[in-house]
Amino acid sequence: MPDAPGLELIRGEIEQDHPGAILDTSFDRGQATLVVDSEQVLEVLRWLCDAPGQGYRFLSSLHAADYLPATPRFAVHYELLNRNRVERLRVKALLADPSAGPVTAGDPPPPPVAKASSGVGSPTAPPAEGLPEIDSCVELFPTADFQEREVFDFFGIVFRGHPDLTRILLPEDYVGWPQRRDFPVGGEPVTFTYNERQYG
Amino acid sequence: MRDRQLRARDMLRGDLEGEELERYVEEKVVVTRFEEMLNWSRANSMFPLSFGLACCAIEGIPMSAVTARYDIARFGAEAGRASPRQADMIILSGRVSIKMAPVVRRLYDQMLEPKWAISMGACSSSGGMFSNYAVVQGADKFMPIDVHIPGCPPRPEAVLYGFTKLQRKIMGNPDQGWRQRYNAAGTEEWARGGPASTPSPEAVEAYEVARELARA
Amino acid sequence: MADGLSSPLSAPPAVETEVMTINIGPHHPATHGVLRLVVDLEGEVVRDLKPVIGYVHTGIEKSCEDKSYWKVIPFVERMDYVSFFFQMEAFCGAVERLVDLEIPPRAKYLRMIFLELNRIHSHLVWLGTTALDLGAISMLWYCFRERERILDLFEMATGQRMHTRYFQVGGVIEDIPVGFEEKLRKFIADMPVRVGQYEALLDRNEVFLQRTKGTGIVPRERLLELGVTGPLLRAAGEPWDMRKTFDYLAYPEMDFKIPVGTVGDNYDRYRVRLAEIVESVRIVEQSLDALPEGPFIADDRKYVLPPRSELPTSMESLIHHFKLVTEGYRVAPGEVYYAIESPRGELGCFVLADGSAKPARVHFRDPSFINLQAFKDMAVDTYVADMIVSLGMLDPILGGVDR
Repeated sequence: MPDAPGLELIRGEIEQDHPGAILDTSFDRGQATLVVDSEQVLEVLRWLCDAPGQGYRFLSSLHAADYLPATPRFAVHYELLNRNRVERLRVKALLADPSAGPVTAGDPPPPPVAKASSGVGSPTAPPAEGLPEIDSCVELFPTADFQEREVFDFFGIVFRGHPDLTRILLPEDYVGWPQRRDFPVGGEPVTFTYNERQYG
Repeated sequence: MRDRQLRARDMLRGDLEGEELERYVEEKVVVTRFEEMLNWSRANSMFPLSFGLACCAIEGIPMSAVTARYDIARFGAEAGRASPRQADMIILSGRVSIKMAPVVRRLYDQMLEPKWAISMGACSSSGGMFSNYAVVQGADKFMPIDVHIPGCPPRPEAVLYGFTKLQRKIMGNPDQGWRQRYNAAGTEEWARGGPASTPSPEAVEAYEVARELARA
Repeated sequence: MADGLSSPLSAPPAVETEVMTINIGPHHPATHGVLRLVVDLEGEVVRDLKPVIGYVHTGIEKSCEDKSYWKVIPFVERMDYVSFFFQMEAFCGAVERLVDLEIPPRAKYLRMIFLELNRIHSHLVWLGTTALDLGAISMLWYCFRERERILDLFEMATGQRMHTRYFQVGGVIEDIPVGFEEKLRKFIADMPVRVGQYEALLDRNEVFLQRTKGTGIVPRERLLELGVTGPLLRAAGEPWDMRKTFDYLAYPEMDFKIPVGTVGDNYDRYRVRLAEIVESVRIVEQSLDALPEGPFIADDRKYVLPPRSELPTSMESLIHHFKLVTEGYRVAPGEVYYAIESPRGELGCFVLADGSAKPARVHFRDPSFINLQAFKDMAVDTYVADMIVSLGMLDPILGGVDR
């Protein structure tokens, strides 16, 4: 793992090449994280992969998380690994929920990230509306193919430029994004004689 | 031993007569109905579908229960069939997801009559611990199940026990469990289709069977 | 395949043939579960291939969000149902990093013993089923004979054959029982001999050699691009093993080797896995010899249940017990990615805590899921029969793929 000063050095170097790409850094529980502007995540990943002295060429895992009450609601995490130095680095791209756009825009402090991502829109294809979008990194890391489809399947995050962005684990005709925090867990309550009238 | 062999030879030759012949027939011949004999042979030569869904598949028919320590061949069900058209028993070993349920139903429909189904493990019996959006809460929502085996996953011994239960059911002598043992027929609670209404016809039928067995 | 047979693989056939799309699975005995493959065939040669997965998607990650931390452990076990201890270790290790809990040395060694036994178990299931796909049906009986012995050990220590829920956050749930060590020593004395017997059965088998040697080769660089880890990567000559590179449990103190292949074909994959069984036996033996005395679970009452004996006498213990069982412990906000080497490669667990007693997100980077992407590279332009071998040697566990 790069330590906290090392993380700041990486941040400084990326700032030189891509100003404004890094929003924040955090060093928590021994794990270094770069919080990245979702519009420039591909440039940052490419820089981390190719820049001399970095070489984070192995994408261990790509997953998303839903921080529901927070305003940039979603985040896509890239767990990068430098296999020579055995160092891990997490790149986290925050994504706002465009469908919640009008609601949050009415609030006095509108999140700037939400404005930017919804303003850029979809340059390539017009996918389903109201879904957050981010650039696909399949060209850079072919291993991200299934994982991006999984993230799309569960969170409804659209990866621009993905070759075949369809549902992967759920049935093709499934409606909804089950891993979002506002999606109910589902299942059914166990019925006994006493609560049969209630549920049955 | 030698004596018996001699008698059998005499019998075949037609030399056995009178009291001896009667004794021989009493010892050796079982008179039964054709259906019972048919069911007896069906129960003892099952062809399970070699089909696995999840965890239970490793403990169940496709793998552990077939291997040497448990050896379901002792009960005549070791010849797993890969095609549902050749099989007469399906074991649902594991959780059935909403994506898999149509496939399982189709496999079951492709099997030829008579056919039986065992639901192995908590997940396929009731959804088990996975009470969520992705798992069908009990396989009997979409197909009839004959025997449910509890466990997560059940031990191979439990699979064998459940299988012998199924055999007794095929032979026309279904176990009614503790209700029969404790003479408690009539205490069943039937899950109803809608708001507390009449039980389903199958439930009524099963109830009648249970009452009859309890009286006998 | 041998050279004389390989002509239809590369050259277009003289006769005009049509590409036929056929569907293999989800119910197919050779797909190791409910994997579905949509295959484009030209004669007998695979030209394109698309795995369709999700038939045992169980929504485990979603269910985990609804349970307190200690209740998540049995859920995550049921993902990759052949290597259950590894999921437990990944999740417990991630939570231990979240709450900054150090586990006692005895727990580390006990965990290592069970992890390596589980690795042997997983490889035995793999060997039995894969050899069965290749027609070597007797391997199934022999492998499952040894597997039953491992499961007996698991049952002796934990009470369950599979899905043992033995690891706790902070250590393991109970110490090993009397007689366990003796039985384990007998097993580890036998196991290398058994591996030799498996090799004797398969290594001189002409059919097995013909079908595995030279099939399913994917270059090392391509495997790394695809994120493949574990025995598949090691068989291609890359000595990447997280037990050596990362510092977790007490693996740095163990003396073991990383088996590495040279060609990267299916035969190498088989050799690497068999060699790994022997190395795992060595690790078990060393950790059993070095098993330190002391507590088997951390003594932090905020996260660890108090011992049963204290409950009738100590009010404080009773309160802790009640609190832990009903609500669970709260974890300060944060996120942790913790990866270990499972029998199939890098098994990572990402846990996001939001300050409550339930995790906000549990994600598993399952090696089977990632490795399955390499299957197309392994199987395209080979015969259907070789595709089945490649799938067996890939060793995907569909419960882990679909989660």
